[in-house]
Amino acid sequence: MAIKVHGSPVSPASKRVLLCLEEKQLDYEFVLVDLSTGQQKKEPFISLNPFGQVPGFEDGDLKLFESRAITRYIAHAYADKGTPLISEDPKKMAVIGVWLEVESQRFDAAGQKLTFEILVKPMKGLTTDDAAVEQLQGQLAAVLDVYEARLGKSKYLSGEEFSLADLHHVPIIAYLMMTKVKAVFDARPCVSAWAAALLARPAWLKVNKA
Amino acid sequence: MAIKLYGSPLSPPVRRVRLCLEEKGLDYEDITIDFSTGQNKKDPLISINPFGQVPGFEDGDLQLFESRAITRYIAHAYADKGTPLISDDPKKMAIIGLWLEIESLKFDIIARKLSYEILVNPLIGKAVDDALVEKGQAELAVVLDVYETRLANSKYLGGEDFSLADLHHIPIISNLMKTKVKALFEARPCVAAWAAMLLARPSWQKIIAA
Repeated sequence: MAIKVHGSPVSPASKRVLLCLEEKQLDYEFVLVDLSTGQQKKEPFISLNPFGQVPGFEDGDLKLFESRAITRYIAHAYADKGTPLISEDPKKMAVIGVWLEVESQRFDAAGQKLTFEILVKPMKGLTTDDAAVEQLQGQLAAVLDVYEARLGKSKYLSGEEFSLADLHHVPIIAYLMMTKVKAVFDARPCVSAWAAALLARPAWLKVNKA
Repeated sequence: MAIKLYGSPLSPPVRRVRLCLEEKGLDYEDITIDFSTGQNKKDPLISINPFGQVPGFEDGDLQLFESRAITRYIAHAYADKGTPLISDDPKKMAIIGLWLEIESLKFDIIARKLSYEILVNPLIGKAVDDALVEKGQAELAVVLDVYETRLANSKYLGGEDFSLADLHHIPIISNLMKTKVKALFEARPCVAAWAAMLLARPSWQKIIAA
């Protein structure tokens, strides 16, 4: 099969790519990389991603890593398939681009660390740092205040249509909703409704069933 | 003037946008935001950037923030002007996109903290945390090893031509070359040659002369 995703079923970054492929209704092969045995730091994976992190991606002879570079490639290369995720109009795409950056630079910075502290550390037999969680929740709350104002004016982050910018948030939002951080979302009605709409998408339900 | 850039003179993210405008040969109005009087939390900036940071950007009625969203918009909207910074070919653009992500999430995340710790802290009366600097340098060395392998096989990060992926690095590399972190670049011949080429670009020379 031309499209291959090398990843882990629990990795948010891997799920970001799988969600994108499902939204685009593309066929792909999922190649499991066993993180528990450090497979991501060894050949053959390390040749695909020299930073030794999942996911890795192939489309024919094109090899990529970094989930957001992969999804952006998929969104453009398969623009005519499945759900539209980007725009041909430079000004509309610019606004999608802003919220792609906000997710990457501001939301994920707090969200990913919170997921690690609350969900991953206990699985590895490490203790959650409660002080760090408090600080990160505060950071996330400040970001979500901006989201609340934005989503008070438009259905999705970049406008009235679902886009790649919303999609990138889904795996981490799903994890955070399993923790006390849910309260930070629930306290903001527009954010809460938006998060619920994202998690209810058929493509996401499909990713989680797999 | 249609294009307006709200910023401060030395801010690396602002310089990232300024450099992009110079490479494209575009006219723009430079508006300085005075943080010391809280101008960043007031209009006009706060309506453009709800996070109250620079840069803020306008092109006619389009308002953007996040330096890398701004540069990406400029690169696409003005693709036919000045230096080509992106590619129409989806596979070539995917590789540029990959190194755009690497700059943002692997290089800058470490490099900007080092730049701030060594160069900004002394200016604001804070002591430089040497342990933090050592840790940052060790992390940056790992990243630069990946760059060294890449640049041994390719003149620029995205391929044989200069692209937006290289451009995004310039303001922080310029800062780090004024510090002991310079040694990390000089220890890697391909990285050193690439960094020298970037800093020698007439567009960058114009910005630092201003």
